[in-house]
Amino acid sequence: MKEVLLPRARPSRWVEFGFQGLSILMALLFTTLVLLMAGAPPLEAYRQVLEGAFGSLKRATDILVAWVPLMLVTSGLLLTFTAGLWNIGVEGQIVLGAIAATGLMRALQETSLPPPLILALAMTAGMVGGAAWASLAGLLKIYGGVHEIFGGLGLNFVATTMILWLIFGPWKRPGIGSMSGTEPFPERLWLPTFPGLRLSPWALLLALLSVALVYVLLRNTYFGLRLKAIGKNIRAAHRLGVPTARYLLLALLGCGAMAGLAGAIQVAAVYHRLIPPISSGYGYLGLLVAMLANYRVSWSVPVAFFFAALNIGSIQLPITLKLDSTLSGVMQGALVLFVLLMQGARARWRSKSVAEQGDDA
Amino acid sequence: MTPEWIFGLAGVLAAAAPLLIAVIGETFSERAGVVNLSVNGAMLLAAMAGFAVAVRTGSLELGFLAGAVLGALMALVVAFASLTLRQSQVAVGLVLALLGRDLAYFLGNPFMGVPGPRVGALPIPVLKDLPVLGPLLFQQSPVVYISLITVALAWVWIFRTRPGLVLRGVGERPPAAFVRGVPVTRVRYGYAILGGALVGFAGAAYTLDLKGGWQGPISGIDGIGWIVLAITIFGGWHPVRGAFGALLFALLQWLSLVLQPSLPGIPSQVLNVAPFPLMIFALLLTNLGNTEWVQTALSRLPESSRRLALRVLRSLQVSPPAALGTVFEEE
Repeated sequence: MKEVLLPRARPSRWVEFGFQGLSILMALLFTTLVLLMAGAPPLEAYRQVLEGAFGSLKRATDILVAWVPLMLVTSGLLLTFTAGLWNIGVEGQIVLGAIAATGLMRALQETSLPPPLILALAMTAGMVGGAAWASLAGLLKIYGGVHEIFGGLGLNFVATTMILWLIFGPWKRPGIGSMSGTEPFPERLWLPTFPGLRLSPWALLLALLSVALVYVLLRNTYFGLRLKAIGKNIRAAHRLGVPTARYLLLALLGCGAMAGLAGAIQVAAVYHRLIPPISSGYGYLGLLVAMLANYRVSWSVPVAFFFAALNIGSIQLPITLKLDSTLSGVMQGALVLFVLLMQGARARWRSKSVAEQGDDA
Repeated sequence: MTPEWIFGLAGVLAAAAPLLIAVIGETFSERAGVVNLSVNGAMLLAAMAGFAVAVRTGSLELGFLAGAVLGALMALVVAFASLTLRQSQVAVGLVLALLGRDLAYFLGNPFMGVPGPRVGALPIPVLKDLPVLGPLLFQQSPVVYISLITVALAWVWIFRTRPGLVLRGVGERPPAAFVRGVPVTRVRYGYAILGGALVGFAGAAYTLDLKGGWQGPISGIDGIGWIVLAITIFGGWHPVRGAFGALLFALLQWLSLVLQPSLPGIPSQVLNVAPFPLMIFALLLTNLGNTEWVQTALSRLPESSRRLALRVLRSLQVSPPAALGTVFEEE
């Protein structure tokens, strides 16, 4: 009875904001130190990143160009994270999507099929390619007992090699193969963009659709509920009759399809050919986005936008300040690290203050 | 005359040396119950920083020290985040793996392709002139000697000393160890940091010894950290079996290089990536016996062949320290 009367120890909103602000401040401090170690003027570097991201309308839309694949990947990862899976193999799933899309477009580019049909088929091929690659990691986990982190990572390296082999082997440019990638596709096979910009409305639409799909799946469906049950306690879910193996595989297939779609979009809408770094590390970045968004669909949308902005803003750093553009990666990693640390600190602080309140009563 | 293949095998030992040291480091950490997934980032960062320090100071020792300190620091962050702040070890380790890599490439940019000091061979008097064993074992770089000594010391420490017993207890049954007065969390911190230092030392060995210099993303070091984690599992958290795994790995890599010219049908990129499917395959072998479908399949086999299959699977099978990745509440 007494417990009911006691005011519940609720962390005040300001304390929450305080902790969040503190973690951002610490990440900024860390990055500043790193910049000083590199002998770069920190304020000038930050200004350049901002300028690089928002300096013009074209650059601001470039953020969306980067946001599309990042958001697709993150949406997929939210499915696997919900099921309690560390799908690090997502990077390779992007690559296989790109390879499948390229393969299909190469096979059909000489035919008289209408370009929109070829592009639609390429997107589908990308999804199938990514899902197939994800299923490998899933089968290794379910039937081979290989943890998805190791299975996925191994498959990532295999996927990267597959691209190199294709670009220097069977798909090499007439003459000699080079790191610049395969022969570009004819312009009619480019996913149409807004006039004068690199952003494709179709790509944007696909990314928005997949966020919406994952949001609804996780929030309003039986499928999402079961996935959450598996993520919380796989043994209990299994005992309650959830076919866990099938659901784990489905989550991986869904994630692989979205990552594969991202790869296909990079080929059809951004680079118009297959290049070795086709995934641009968006797979690993998507993992960070999901973590920073605390595995919530709604928060992942702005977080992905922010990370995309950092990526675009850092592109010109090598030219303007002779700095490596991996600065964006340092900032993103530091931010996630300090947010994780602060989350832990906050939880400890809260449990301590609750304990003290308990003592008073 | 020393035959060619002995030099090849000596090269295998040299290539395996950093792997051995890092695997022992991670074995210590995981034996105590802390999974440090940051290994790949820590090795890259230590490789870059070790080289940078050696270039600036001209001292190889300081370079190795810098690498070890950075590795220990990253392990400290993982330990603090998980043991004290109760955050997911996997999450923090993964973030550090990515952050370490980006930091290495960002800060290492000015050191790319710069000439720097490099550890040379240190032939051991008398022993170096032994037939076969001399060129194989005793004309190596100090890193190789250190790696072999580390393996031996680790085995003695874990299985033949009192602190080793405590270490195993902390990883297997932390409550029991705690009741006997072992400060479980502090022991875990200690071994995580020791493990991180070894991993960092191993990272520095790549730029200061094996590869000689920092080449940024094309240094060929990215990915090795993940291999180290896989070998630690393959080795069943046993230093000698882990060392065997690392040597086997280096041997297979060397064989693929040697065989390359005689296999013209296979492009070189395919052989370069061979370690990774190999890693998956090794993990598959160690885990297969634990899976449900294998057990059902085995039960259908006739008695004689079943026993053989069971024995093969069991010899490969490993089981992790029972408290791996968990946090112990000292109340």
